[in-house]
Amino acid sequence: MATKASRSAARMMMAPAVILLLGWMLIPLVLTLFFSFKKFLPLRGDRWENGLEWVGFENYVRFVSSSAFWPSVITTLIIVGGVLVITVCLGILLAMLLDQPMWGQGIVRILVIAPFFVMPTVSALVWKNMFMDANNGLFSHLWRLFGAEPVSWLSEASLPSIILIVSWQWLPFATLILLTAIQSLDSEQLEAAEMDGASPLARFGHIVLPHLSRAVTIVILIQTIFLLSVFAEIFVTTGGAFGSRTLTYLIFQRVLESQNVGLGSAGGVYAIILANIVAIFLMRIVGKNLDT
Amino acid sequence: MARSTTTRRKIITTAAAWAIGFTIFFPILWTILTSFKTEAQAISDPPVFLFFDWTLENYAVVQERSNYMRFLWNSVIIAGGSTVLGVLIAVPAAWSMAFVPSRRTKDILLWMLSTKMLPAVGVLYPIYLICIELGLLDSRIALVVILMLINLPIIVWMLYTYFKEIPGEILEAARMDGASLKEEILYVLTPMAIPGIASTLLLNFILAWNEAFWTLNLTAAKAAPLTAFIASYSSPEGLFYAKLSAASTMAIAPILILGWFSQKQLVRGLTFGAVK
Repeated sequence: MATKASRSAARMMMAPAVILLLGWMLIPLVLTLFFSFKKFLPLRGDRWENGLEWVGFENYVRFVSSSAFWPSVITTLIIVGGVLVITVCLGILLAMLLDQPMWGQGIVRILVIAPFFVMPTVSALVWKNMFMDANNGLFSHLWRLFGAEPVSWLSEASLPSIILIVSWQWLPFATLILLTAIQSLDSEQLEAAEMDGASPLARFGHIVLPHLSRAVTIVILIQTIFLLSVFAEIFVTTGGAFGSRTLTYLIFQRVLESQNVGLGSAGGVYAIILANIVAIFLMRIVGKNLDT
Repeated sequence: MARSTTTRRKIITTAAAWAIGFTIFFPILWTILTSFKTEAQAISDPPVFLFFDWTLENYAVVQERSNYMRFLWNSVIIAGGSTVLGVLIAVPAAWSMAFVPSRRTKDILLWMLSTKMLPAVGVLYPIYLICIELGLLDSRIALVVILMLINLPIIVWMLYTYFKEIPGEILEAARMDGASLKEEILYVLTPMAIPGIASTLLLNFILAWNEAFWTLNLTAAKAAPLTAFIASYSSPEGLFYAKLSAASTMAIAPILILGWFSQKQLVRGLTFGAVK
């Protein structure tokens, strides 16, 4: 059907996108790998065009053995895990609620989805100042109303605060995808189960949840990819202080703040490997879906 | 009997859903309300919700003091430029993958997706260095290109899924009637593809507008878009709630409105067709 001419035309049409993405992937990746094996401190006069000292795996070893490494890994896991649990659990409940008949469904949907469209720096600053500030934040007003001592959230409970901010941003995404999945559920099956006397909990456990499992997996994988590189929310709120330094933030500090490029690049390679482990699972699901 | 229970249930569902929706939306609502208060009212305890002296003063002050228009313009150029450029490059690619698929099409699509998974921080310094070497640090061009590249996989994927939905028979019929490749694209495909292209433009404009890693790390005074402008409010001396709110409201309002139109595309664009 497709002629030879149209095949080569097709290849030509694909070429710009493929070449650009290939360059975008390979050039920085090769440079990061290259720097990770070098001693590279631009502030002390190291220039890449003058040649850099080869240090083997020293950067890799130093990055992992620095006292900041394990805390940053744990922080990353807590933030990613916390946000995932909150967004997926609330997302399922919210999607099921929004699937019910009600008045003004369209408006409620708009209200629920809105946080996703707020730029990260705005949501971080609004939460930080107008809600979590110990003197003038709404939470502190509320605490005082009940006679409690206001908490300076971002320094005393930095991780829960950041988890709250990031969850607020990602709950709409989880809800929207799970809602799309729920709407494809065969309602007759649910009605039949109800007729047979299955309790709401049983219907949820045996029909709704299995139907949602694929969508939940996809939400988890996609969010994990994005959450591993959460940056602006930490940059704006705590600047990595008070135990809120994630792996991404640690690498950022090594590379741009203390300008230890070799060490930061080794960290970058770790981050790339970590993201790829998650990505492989995601790609497998997406790939399967392409066949059908 | 049955009817009254369903009505009662509907009332309860409606009340619960509205309450939750309102709670989730509240931070945005509060920001918008605060932007119309005076600085004193903005931090008053107990807080005032609606019954304050509404003022537009903050908006005027933000515009005057901070060159707000320049940041806005940078955002428009960077988000708009990267999106349009990305779509121009992606349309031919997605078209050929959808209509002249080969054995490798699936692999190419998946590989493109995999470039999206590369954590930005892992390649931060190389990109930073390349920008310095090319003299493009703190320039809009660099950000247009970078944001185009990070969104290109999503753009190709979205267009591919839209193009896939155009029935192949129509193309065959056009070919039977002797349409050339050019005519096929111009008169048959383009009209059918426009809604999909528009949705793709919309969602990717939003993603680029809100991007806050490269825009924060590669810009300073000159090319900074709104994401970086808002971040500059985090320094303690610049802390005025009403003005912060006014600046925030201006930065998010256009996107909130565009976003409401793009709910459906959001699912398609960010799940790569894995959830329909």
